[in-house]
Amino acid sequence: MQVTNKLTPFFENLNFERNDNMMVINFGPQHPSAHGQLRLVLELDGELVTKAYPDIGYLHRGIEKMAENMTYNEFLPTTDRLDYIASTANNYAYAHAVEKLLGIEAPRRAQVIRTMLLELNRIISHLFFLATHALDVGAMSVFLYAFREREFAMDLMEDYCGARLTHSAVRIGGVPLDLPKGWLENLEKFLDAMPANIKLYEDLLTENRIWKMRLEDVGVISGEDALNWGCTGVMLRGSGIKYDIRKEEPYELYGELEFDVPVSDRCDSYGRYRLYMEEMKQSIRIIKQLIPMYSDTQPQLMAHAPQYISAPKEEIMTQNYALMQHFVLVTQGMRPPVGEVYVPTESPKGELGFYIKSEGEPYAYRLKCRAPSFFHAGLLQEILVGTYIADVVTIIGSTNIVFGEVDR
Amino acid sequence: MRKYTPKDNVQGKAYYTDRFWVAPRVPRTSVEEDSHFADIVSALKKYAKDSYVEVGQLIVHIKPTDNISALSILKEKCGYTQCSELSAVDYLAQDGEFEIFYQMLNVTEAARVRVVCRLKQGEAIESIVPLFKMANFAEREMFDMFGIVANNHPYLKRILMPEDWSGHPLLKTYPLQGDEAASWYEVDKIFGKEYRDIIGSENRDPAKIDRYDTKRFSRVGYEVQFDADISGGEKENPIEYSKTIMANYQKPSKKLKERR
Repeated sequence: MQVTNKLTPFFENLNFERNDNMMVINFGPQHPSAHGQLRLVLELDGELVTKAYPDIGYLHRGIEKMAENMTYNEFLPTTDRLDYIASTANNYAYAHAVEKLLGIEAPRRAQVIRTMLLELNRIISHLFFLATHALDVGAMSVFLYAFREREFAMDLMEDYCGARLTHSAVRIGGVPLDLPKGWLENLEKFLDAMPANIKLYEDLLTENRIWKMRLEDVGVISGEDALNWGCTGVMLRGSGIKYDIRKEEPYELYGELEFDVPVSDRCDSYGRYRLYMEEMKQSIRIIKQLIPMYSDTQPQLMAHAPQYISAPKEEIMTQNYALMQHFVLVTQGMRPPVGEVYVPTESPKGELGFYIKSEGEPYAYRLKCRAPSFFHAGLLQEILVGTYIADVVTIIGSTNIVFGEVDR
Repeated sequence: MRKYTPKDNVQGKAYYTDRFWVAPRVPRTSVEEDSHFADIVSALKKYAKDSYVEVGQLIVHIKPTDNISALSILKEKCGYTQCSELSAVDYLAQDGEFEIFYQMLNVTEAARVRVVCRLKQGEAIESIVPLFKMANFAEREMFDMFGIVANNHPYLKRILMPEDWSGHPLLKTYPLQGDEAASWYEVDKIFGKEYRDIIGSENRDPAKIDRYDTKRFSRVGYEVQFDADISGGEKENPIEYSKTIMANYQKPSKKLKERR
């Protein structure tokens, strides 16, 4: 007699035979193209998807709950684990939200470094998108080329902060470290090589017949629907709505920098692919402008706000009062004023915003992470209906969802 | 005497607070006349109980029953075509209420408005899915995390937690450590209760270190053979879990209150 349990079910009572073409299939949660733990329940009529139900939550770690039980500085490394492809974007979004709550601003050198890191992370994230999206659609070589450049970019991150994926390179009030010697030269070398590499990817893909057949008019979403479903970032700009938070609500140094916001009114996966390529070029342009700005800045790296931010190390080691402040800030944590903020930033995936409600305690009373991928995952239930099963993978890849962020 | 811990808020607390310490407040400014926000306030005049600007964003307080009408005015008349985020804050311990916020974005003006309402414990709010489809997932998450029901939601079901989960994690009453039931949850679900003896309870403490485990841990200065028994007959202490106290906010009864 077979012992049945959930792992070895007893199948004899189930009837798999039906007379029509309808079928329900389970896509994921372990599927290489699901980009994480996405389970999709698809109802098919032949090869046509008639209903899609995205089931998420397989990577839920309760990050918002953790935020309520950690001091503000303790929580920062946890934000690395949201969108783990571009950690600095999350660190920055969180640090920036807390800074708004505290009413402080990072010193200029920290701002230059942060903006550089943010844009470098955007390149890393977009390269990852390109590599995995192309791999999903079947272009293996692009994956290899894009990952090669991504390695070089991650080497730069490693040289700066010691970590390749979970950077925590941005802190509340500034950055912890100055740029190491020779880093800017390496960065410049990387940036000089990038345009040729981007041209290589574009030569391989942009006019490629198969690539165009797989992407054009696949995953079409109108501008109105994109707004309605809470799409942001490339998903919104790919539907003809020009809204980039870096441009419209400038933060950090974006107000001073010159860059263009690419928009596509194709509303399909191909248009979004073109936007990603264009955004990488714009990121290179931004970092190139930042490099000369670095040498004009004062060496201060953390904001001066003794109530909230520890003094620099040399002051802590030499001045008694700075040491006392540091001790209180480390053991008890900073206490921001009572109030609430919602601060949006443009992460590589879209609008990453942190809503923080503070009751004046060292722990946030409520922290809500507005993750772009969460809403893009919700969009799948509409965008997949009416497409063919072969296009499902293309559409998931094109939405560029990362499950650390969807499930939090 | 045992230390008193409040049961309506079991979250982490500061271990020390100066008794004369008064928290300052993030400055709130009233809405400037002839600004974009002044137009919004006048359009929402019928519903707005209170409105002010905090950190560059307009905050409008409304009644929870007016959420559909206020948000549709924002969407159709004021150009706030995107709802970026909606969620709740638990104020049950203080006021017996949830605070629900809708974060709205105007793409043409690059302006943001937060519509806030206070919902009594045990009441439901009208779903805004007919206005903003993003609420489909966001309200499900709010239901999952707080147990706030959205009326007329097309598919109100748990989204992040497993469907058979009990309790709503972001409530302030939700315990921080798993209880006995949590340590058997996966064993029961995957294998069945009859396998409990064979598999044993799940170790839910990621930092747990077995002192006498010589397979995975080594002791610097006191090296022993791999897999040697160094316990000397002493038994490991099992992990102790806190007792869960679940409060059902849908049915407030006196008995339950006493138990809490």
